[in-house]
Amino acid sequence: MTEKVKLLSHVEAINWNRIQDDKDVEVWNRLVNNFWLPEKVPLSNDVQSWHTLTPEEQQLTMRVFTGLTLLDTIQGTVGAVSLIPDALTPHEEAVYTNIAFMESVHAKSYSSIFSTLCSTKEIDDAFRWSLENENLQKKAQIVMDYYQGDDPLKRKVASTLLESFLFYSGFYLPMYWSSRAKLTNTADLIRLIIRDEAVHGYYIGYKFQKGLEKVSEEKRQEIKDYTFELLFELYENEVQYTHDLYDGVGLAEDVKKFLHYNANKALMNLGYEAMFPASVTDVNPAILSALSPNADENHDFFSGSGSSYVIGKAVNTEDEDWEF
Amino acid sequence: MAALATAPARTDGGAVSTRSHLIYFSSTSENTRRFVQKLGRDAARIPLYAKDAPLLALEPYVLVVPTYGGTNGEGSVPKQVIRFLNNPQNRALIRGVIGAGNTNFADNYCAAGDIIAAKCKVPHLYKFELMGTPEDVDRVSQGLDKFWTLLSQKQK
Repeated sequence: MTEKVKLLSHVEAINWNRIQDDKDVEVWNRLVNNFWLPEKVPLSNDVQSWHTLTPEEQQLTMRVFTGLTLLDTIQGTVGAVSLIPDALTPHEEAVYTNIAFMESVHAKSYSSIFSTLCSTKEIDDAFRWSLENENLQKKAQIVMDYYQGDDPLKRKVASTLLESFLFYSGFYLPMYWSSRAKLTNTADLIRLIIRDEAVHGYYIGYKFQKGLEKVSEEKRQEIKDYTFELLFELYENEVQYTHDLYDGVGLAEDVKKFLHYNANKALMNLGYEAMFPASVTDVNPAILSALSPNADENHDFFSGSGSSYVIGKAVNTEDEDWEF
Repeated sequence: MAALATAPARTDGGAVSTRSHLIYFSSTSENTRRFVQKLGRDAARIPLYAKDAPLLALEPYVLVVPTYGGTNGEGSVPKQVIRFLNNPQNRALIRGVIGAGNTNFADNYCAAGDIIAAKCKVPHLYKFELMGTPEDVDRVSQGLDKFWTLLSQKQK
């Protein structure tokens, strides 16, 4: 790499007893409580299941995971770190260091999956594929370019789109396997990553909106146009990438719905309205329920007959502040 | 938009009272506020800070509450909402809850709504993500009309 990563020129001792933005503390605490390591997930229980996949399905899975490894590496080594010099508060800087570290944990956890399930040769082949796949490299390059650019708001847009959109062509597959009772421990690990990325995208998107408040209406419009242009550019590339990966197993169309659904959520994290209409975001219910067992349509009291709803299921309701 | 504009009345006890049939909590991310605003209904916001005057409901209402993650329900209900529901009058007037969240939080998606529904014995009417899509807004708008009509018929 020729360019140097931009560093802060001035640092003051961070005082966590003097908070400017409560969101920094809230998100820091959330991230710390969510902390996990791949060693805690019993991946070896998936060995048997791995061998029920066809060689083509195994190869697809490994390619998907090397693609995700690349994105996590970018986000850990460059992305989250590049946001530090633009932080509005010292606590925000600290949150980015936490995000950067967790991205490195995510990147490493794919290697844990590989070493548990695959041979060294297969692993090397998959990593070689990730270097040679044009659309994967292009997606990495587009994001890297913005991280090296000089506009803090644009960096946050690129970062949020990475956290909340670009991962999902990959996340689809372990959710698909999980819905078919395959690689379920691997899926548990991926769900931990998915949970982290939601908090990252939410937080970076929030800080983006705080930054927008400080600029002129003209600049705001420029950034909005830029966001949608970048999303389209990434989306077109993502569609190609999806076809590269999933055409062989006939899942590309299903994956695209998942992309649309997550693109909408990425936009919402940035404070913009959803763009893709409901007709193209109707994610396969099996995928949605692999993601969240709470997401099923039966919870829509309004559209039901009105008598079939469930009153909240048994959950831990005993936070100490309740007085009833 | 007329919604949200109604100035809440300050009562003697230092609380701010509201006759809104929609009460919501939203953090500084403003996601839930944006959703509620899109509904175009009169709505009252639960105060963010402990130093703010508490909110007191005077009429039956539906509560919109976000969940920001967490596991096994723990820490899922925002402290401010717990404080609001600890008031017996507020608790007596809740008729339903609408949850906001992110499916990325797996079984903790909209957990605050589940917990409140269970504790207050009211239905969890609907779940939506982040600031809601246009479809969410339509469904909740129509759903609330139907829900209040149904409730008023039951009372007759």
